[in-house]
Amino acid sequence: MNQRAGLSRLKAIGRFVGWYGVLIALGIVFAIPFLWMFSVSLHDLAGVFADPFRWVPEELRWSNYVDAVSLLPFGRYLTNTVVITVCVLIGTVLSSSLVAYGFSRLRFRGRDKLFALCIATMMLPGQVTMIPLYIGFSKLGWVDTFLPLIVPAFFGSPFYIFLLRQFFLTIPREYDEAARLDGAGKLRIYWSIILPLSRPALATVALFAFLGTWNDFFNPLIYLNSPENATLTLGLNMMKSQVMGTGVTQWHLLMAASLLVMIPNIVLFFVAQKHFMKGIQVGGLKG
Amino acid sequence: MNRPKLIRREDLEGYAFIAPWLIGFLLLTAGPMLASVLISFTSWSMLSPPTWVGLKNYEVILSDDPLVPTSLWNTAYYVLFSVPLGLLLSLALAMLLDRRLRGMSVFRTLFFLPSITNMVAVSVLWIWIFNPEYGLINAALEKVGIVGPMWLQSETWSKPALVIMSLWGIGGTMIIFLAALQGIPDELYEAADLDGASSWRRFFHITLPMISPAMFFNLVIGIIGSFQVFTQAFVMTGSVQPGSEGGPNNSTLFFVLYLYKKAFQEFRMGYASALAWVLFLVILFFTIIQMKLSKRWVFYEAGESR
Repeated sequence: MNQRAGLSRLKAIGRFVGWYGVLIALGIVFAIPFLWMFSVSLHDLAGVFADPFRWVPEELRWSNYVDAVSLLPFGRYLTNTVVITVCVLIGTVLSSSLVAYGFSRLRFRGRDKLFALCIATMMLPGQVTMIPLYIGFSKLGWVDTFLPLIVPAFFGSPFYIFLLRQFFLTIPREYDEAARLDGAGKLRIYWSIILPLSRPALATVALFAFLGTWNDFFNPLIYLNSPENATLTLGLNMMKSQVMGTGVTQWHLLMAASLLVMIPNIVLFFVAQKHFMKGIQVGGLKG
Repeated sequence: MNRPKLIRREDLEGYAFIAPWLIGFLLLTAGPMLASVLISFTSWSMLSPPTWVGLKNYEVILSDDPLVPTSLWNTAYYVLFSVPLGLLLSLALAMLLDRRLRGMSVFRTLFFLPSITNMVAVSVLWIWIFNPEYGLINAALEKVGIVGPMWLQSETWSKPALVIMSLWGIGGTMIIFLAALQGIPDELYEAADLDGASSWRRFFHITLPMISPAMFFNLVIGIIGSFQVFTQAFVMTGSVQPGSEGGPNNSTLFFVLYLYKKAFQEFRMGYASALAWVLFLVILFFTIIQMKLSKRWVFYEAGESR
């Protein structure tokens, strides 16, 4: 009896160790590209091509990071990206929450049909409207300005409207009623009751909007032609073409620049982990 | 004498609140959609006025442009491998994480991070990982005595390379599976244990049916997303010369990449619009098929309002 108990205990421990073993192995596989990039970014050019490759370079060349960002005007790209992202964030949060408030709190004719239409447009691949939009923006003289990247954000985005509406529906209507009795109008209720109570949902929306804009490559690629208007992603791609087009590719500098471009996302993830998980789950399970 | 008013104050107020979206829908979605249909019947370089060519663009797409079947095949290949492999791997990871053990959040973070990092930066990193001589993958293969392929420089291996890279970015899919797994009531498993069900039976009779809505969502989103693959192919393939993207020998010329080149490198707006509608129909076709098939395998709990 005792022996059997010992055996099953042993089996349980074995399973436990196996479980962690598999997780650690997979964890290493997922982490290695990041670690390798970091390691390469600290080598000199000879070290990058050394055989065998040394994971820890003899001399840690932090100066690579300075060299990498001075190859192209990355400060300028950062400013451009920040300007675009901040404007998009403001536009997205304001417009999507306003529309979501309308769809969740007001009664008007055709509301449910319009909401269904709004949701349906999520399914439309962007390629269908991209060419007429480009032609339209170019007729307005907006090509090579930030406007085509910013202005659409002020017209609400179906996914965020959906996400916020779901959240607004969970806020008890008694709050609205109380405010209404105090003489508050609809706009006032939206601004001073609903929005403050929805901070977590708004944070989620802001987070996704941030990532979408910060990581966006396609729209800057088609709209921003002059190098001085480039965003970080566009700048990194230009650096790649420039560095790879000249003799021996300076991979240590490319890796340093790539890592720098990745850092804001990673930092943001650690700061706002909860909102991330919530947003993905709400989007995935209720959508 | 009082006629019912056609538009009530309440309606106006409602429309005012949703006005941003409504105006956006008309100006940024519906209008451009209509324009896109019209443009697709023209030949238009934007330098001179468009000329009406009727269905000619569609005729060329269907029978006269060898790069259309090439790019469709490349895209289909990518979808066919990256979506199922991604689903399998992300489900496996989610099941590994679905235990109340120490350190799970560390692993979750590790698996999730690649999916939110910048795609251009990720692409630059993976160009170097796939380098035949110095890259991480071929160095690892060499250790076990295998001479690795040329990856991005090989017609045969360029698409598999991009599929492998896509598996690094399955974090979002995994999180959705994980949430679904954590939503399965413990009682179901306890009942199965009392019946002496094996792990396999538990998986196929409890886990899979219970997470089928998440599986369906991930499948639909995965297919739509993979059909639109662009950035990796644009950044990673071809030489540094503009216009060479999609190489070698068009083996990574995906449909959206081809559309981009037609529209923004060759400025053939009519033809590119027609390509966009072909893409739309292909995606719509697969989405509808999945909706229909889903009735047979997606299981919604009773009482859940859908």
